[in-house]
Amino acid sequence: MLTAVGAILRKDLLLELRTRESVPAMAIFAVTTLVVFHFALDRPTLAGDLAAGVLWVSFLFAAMLGLNRLFVAEEEQGGFDGFMLAPIDRTSLYVAKALALLAFLAIVQAIAVPAFAILLLDPSLWPVLPELVGVLLLGDAGICVVGALVSAIGIRTRARDLIVPLLALPLLIPVVIGAVEATAPLLAEGGAEPLPGRWLLTLGLYDAVFAAIAYAVFDDLLED
Amino acid sequence: MDEPAIELAGLGRRFGERTALRDVTLTVPAGATLVVLGPNGAGKSTLLRVLAGLLRPHAGTARVLGHPLPQEGWAVRGRIGLLAHEPMLYRDLTPRENLRFHGRLHGVGRERVEEVLEAVGMTARADDPVATLSRGMVQRVAAARAVLHDPELLLLDEPLANLDPAASELLEPLVGRASGRTRVVTSHDPAGGLAGADLALGLRGGRPAICAPAAEVAAADATALYA
Repeated sequence: MLTAVGAILRKDLLLELRTRESVPAMAIFAVTTLVVFHFALDRPTLAGDLAAGVLWVSFLFAAMLGLNRLFVAEEEQGGFDGFMLAPIDRTSLYVAKALALLAFLAIVQAIAVPAFAILLLDPSLWPVLPELVGVLLLGDAGICVVGALVSAIGIRTRARDLIVPLLALPLLIPVVIGAVEATAPLLAEGGAEPLPGRWLLTLGLYDAVFAAIAYAVFDDLLED
Repeated sequence: MDEPAIELAGLGRRFGERTALRDVTLTVPAGATLVVLGPNGAGKSTLLRVLAGLLRPHAGTARVLGHPLPQEGWAVRGRIGLLAHEPMLYRDLTPRENLRFHGRLHGVGRERVEEVLEAVGMTARADDPVATLSRGMVQRVAAARAVLHDPELLLLDEPLANLDPAASELLEPLVGRASGRTRVVTSHDPAGGLAGADLALGLRGGRPAICAPAAEVAAADATALYA
């Protein structure tokens, strides 16, 4: 399975490097959303819950762009048939797609988080950067395990651009709530507060449950 | 005696209300070539996709390489090579990158990739994106992909489409009768198709109109399928 995951992931990253169809659009969308919030909220700076909410809503919307394109090359260029004919565990396709999305989100966040700090954030990010990276990874994992599954469901429908966000957004609400609650103490106005273990655990459990569901059903999603 | 490569009994397949295949019954011995003739929409490509395990039969039974489909589809994955209308190549990757990718999925090394690239005469263009290749060149790379893992059964949907005579000759040892593999080949050329086959299946509206040894089928009967 690891060989197949590696092959698919490597192919997806190579395709993105060559076509630049997803990551630049996601990054521009995330930064643009932050700029819109900057003007819409009419505040010079943000902190705490509001800052965390703005940050994760921006990431969520940017992720939707990536989700819509996650399986497009497979659907339009016969990739699905190639996988179905190969002697591999089909779940490897799901794992590779989730990891590819995780890589895309990490790149987007490497651009959007500094932009957020410059445009909107009141407290400094530097002292809490390691903790923030940890929370980002946990939240991203939730977006990726849910998103890759929804993207696979939506790709074979005629209205995939509509279906994917309509299915993904409600399913990702718990991830956003957990991620915002876990991020808010790091961005508190008077200085960072301890990470809330309860919310980190909730996020981790949600990620694990959806990963298990995806593992159980993904093979059937590819079947005729 | 070798087990037949393909055994179909009353095979049927629908798409919604439309019947694409109905009551197809035939046996293809290992190493034999079956030519599938019929006009557009007759069910030829659907038959290939059912044999490849990409579509489930809705009626009857299908055994491929000794295994019932779809129940034991896992057992034939990696033993079938499919050359369909869609080349199954990523347009923004090069032929070499595409073949290496498929090679990794099938556990095939880089030496074999270079071997098939050379066999289809694509070494010189192996590092150009597929999107920049002509349709004939794409078909050659697709043929290389189909035989990359040395499959026992080849399913070929009009394999010589878009190819000039020289390229057709180049592919003969790989996907032609000379390859020695069991083959199912769809064709719109009744005379040529029958000449290169052991068995013939003529489809009209998804139903078998001809099912006989190729030598016993008159070219006029095969041509009448298109009338």
